[in-house]
Amino acid sequence: MGPVDYIPRIRDNYARLGYKPYNWVVNRDTAPWAPLRKPLSQCRLGLAASGGIYVAGQVAFHYKDDASFREIPTDVDTKELRATHFAYDLSDARTDPNVVFPIDTLRRLVREGFLGGLASRFHTFMGGIYSSRRVTEDLAPRLTARFLEDGVDAVLLVPV
Amino acid sequence: MGLVARHAEAAGIPTLCMTSARDITRAVNPPRAAFLDFPLGHTTGKPHEPGLQRQILVEALSSLETMTAPGSVKELPFRWSEGEKWKAKAFAEGDDRTPRHDTPQYQHEDDRRRAEEGSSPSCPVCRS
Repeated sequence: MGPVDYIPRIRDNYARLGYKPYNWVVNRDTAPWAPLRKPLSQCRLGLAASGGIYVAGQVAFHYKDDASFREIPTDVDTKELRATHFAYDLSDARTDPNVVFPIDTLRRLVREGFLGGLASRFHTFMGGIYSSRRVTEDLAPRLTARFLEDGVDAVLLVPV
Repeated sequence: MGLVARHAEAAGIPTLCMTSARDITRAVNPPRAAFLDFPLGHTTGKPHEPGLQRQILVEALSSLETMTAPGSVKELPFRWSEGEKWKAKAFAEGDDRTPRHDTPQYQHEDDRRRAEEGSSPSCPVCRS
C-alpha cells in the first residue's frame, strides 16, 4: 500500500468547519537552496517542531490558528515536556515526546559525535494555521530570525 | 512546515524536513525532506525505541550532506509494522481532529496552575 494521502482529508475537514475551500499551497518553482557548509560532525543544529510541545510552566498552545511559538531550552528535563494538539493522537507523544520532538535522540547524536552540537534552545509551535500567508509573513520570518540569532549551521524541521 | 523550511533556506540556512505526509510535502516542495511512512504523530519514531529513533535521525540528517538537488525527498527504509493495517485505518477514519478551542489546552491541570503562577520565567511565550 502506498503512502496515505492527507490533502483530501484536510480539505474535507476545513469544509466541515465552514471555512472557505482550502487552497493547498503548491509550489511548482525550484525550492531555495543553501548548501551545508561543513560536515554534520562540526555543525550546530537547530530544531523546530510543530507537534504542540511545551514545557510544564509555559502557557500551552490553543487549537485555533495559534501562530505563537515556545522556546524549549536544549538541556530541558524530558519529563517536563508536554504535548497538546488537535490534529494527531497524542497518546504516544505524551509518554515519549521524542516521537515528535527528538530531544533525547539529538542529545545522543551529539554525545556520539555524529553532530557537532545543538542550539541552546529549540522552538515548537502548532501548525494547522489556516492562512498560509500568516505562516509565510509572520511565523516563518520569526522562526528564521531565531535560527540566525542562534547561529545554527542547519535546522531540522519536524511536523506531525 | 515546508513553508518555514523554504523561508529559512532562502535566508541561507540549510534545512531538512521530516515528513509522514508525502503528498503534502511534495505539494509544498521544501528544499530537502525525509519521508517516514508512519502514522501521524510519529514523525521521528516509535515511542520508547531509542535505537530506532536514532537510526531514523541518522538516515534523515545524512541527507543534509548527501542531497544535491532542491526538492529531494528521501524515502526512509523503516516500516511501522509488518502489515499495513494502520493505513487502512487512516484511510477509513477520515479526519478525527478535536474541536478548535481558542484557549490554552493543557496536558495536565497542574500545568495550567504552574503557567498561571508564572513559575517558569526562563521559558517565555515567544510572540516576537
